[in-house]
Amino acid sequence: MRRVVVTGLGLVTPLGGDVETSWKNILASKSGAATITRFDATDFQSNYACEVKPADHEYGFDAGRRVDHKIQRQVDPFIVFGIDAAGQAIEDAGLTDMTEEERYRAGCSIGSGIGGLPGIESESLVLEHKGPKRVSPHFVHGRLINLISGQVSIKYGLMGPNHAVVTACSTGAHSIGDAARMIAMDDADVMLAGGAESAICPIGIAGFGQARALSTGFRDDPTKGSRPYDADRDGFVMGEGAGVVVLEEYERAKARGAKIYAEVIGYGLSGDAYHVTAPHPEGSGAFRSMEMAMKKSGLSLSDIDYVNAHGTSTPLGDELELGAVRRLFGDAIGTMSMSSTKSAIGHLLGGAGAVESIFCILAMRDQIVPPTLNLDNPSENCAGVDLVPHTAKERKVKAVLNNSFGFGGTNASLVMKAL
Amino acid sequence: MSETADRVRKIVVEHLGVEADKVTEDASFIDDLGADSLDIVELVMAFEEEFGVEIPDDAAEKITTVKDAITYIDEHQG
Repeated sequence: MRRVVVTGLGLVTPLGGDVETSWKNILASKSGAATITRFDATDFQSNYACEVKPADHEYGFDAGRRVDHKIQRQVDPFIVFGIDAAGQAIEDAGLTDMTEEERYRAGCSIGSGIGGLPGIESESLVLEHKGPKRVSPHFVHGRLINLISGQVSIKYGLMGPNHAVVTACSTGAHSIGDAARMIAMDDADVMLAGGAESAICPIGIAGFGQARALSTGFRDDPTKGSRPYDADRDGFVMGEGAGVVVLEEYERAKARGAKIYAEVIGYGLSGDAYHVTAPHPEGSGAFRSMEMAMKKSGLSLSDIDYVNAHGTSTPLGDELELGAVRRLFGDAIGTMSMSSTKSAIGHLLGGAGAVESIFCILAMRDQIVPPTLNLDNPSENCAGVDLVPHTAKERKVKAVLNNSFGFGGTNASLVMKAL
Repeated sequence: MSETADRVRKIVVEHLGVEADKVTEDASFIDDLGADSLDIVELVMAFEEEFGVEIPDDAAEKITTVKDAITYIDEHQG
């Protein structure tokens, strides 16, 4: 099988419009959570979220940087985030000037969990109040999940595989795993892979609120709302943004002298086959997903230095994941660190697995692991695990495991190592 | 430039993201201003909203330049 490496990174998060700003703020233990500004959420189940900040904010996102004004008007924000993150990644990799021949072998696998929910909501209201002749002609292709891959392929002329994963909160991890396999299987030499989400809109908050998934008890200080593994956690805080990596066949990357961040060495997938929203009570799907990724990687568990957990801050999910990690790692759990960056940027749903994979890669680059914020009072099952409370921690990081689990009982795990 | 022309130009600038000075009366939406057929559907909708006129599909098909839009609106308004 051909080897696959990461040669470019791109991020849009609630803590920054690019990779370095987001990472710097993550390591500084900042939180992206605040009262929702996009609409008045006072009467909603929760009124706080981790929004991507406007361009004039200290760590805001300037949509005009890589996305035409016209396209911004036509598409939902998740597509804008995705196009920008993909642009950052391909620029970082130095692949904006590929030949036509190369571009036939370069593709996209950028998905989303939900897609254009804000636009579906607002155009439904246009239909209701003004009738069918006032619905935007760009309504459909401005909301479809595969339209990040579509837009990015057009912008950069990428004529290889054009794919988009939709597996709820596992989307970002599945996207990277699937794309890595396409390269390994010789379907492509270069893939832009990742995920994006922007569902902080009335119907999104109401829907997740009714599913009893959101944190609701921290209106007075939203930065305390996302608190994975803490005894007082009460649900996830919705985030938004995008993460995209450039995956490249190893020999090709080496031959052109590319900066190589990491190698993707393991990918695991499983289904809980249990319940639409609740995780399996023994965490069996999570366990098998991690086990498969580890087996493929050829590493032993004691080689893993850092686990970026799914850790959404829901009462059930965090401990089931931790239990599965504990069973899999055995004694090796004592030598690794595990944290949830959702404590800082919230849950990016379909973007989460990709954004968190990038944090894993940066942890290897800088030999530092990001913190789990708000872990004031770890729940009882956390003993003996370094969950990196409150502050980032310098340590050896040579190999990482990233977990993502989604509604529908879909699980994905990625193992990467530094070269 | 008439009041209609001013308002048409404003809508075109906003929807197509082009510089105002490119939106001359002779400018073709597709050839000069980078619009595609769906952008024109959207522009026609915006004209209908702004001016309270109805522009049926067969008339919309004949609107290819800024001037065509202004003329149609002036002839059918109020």
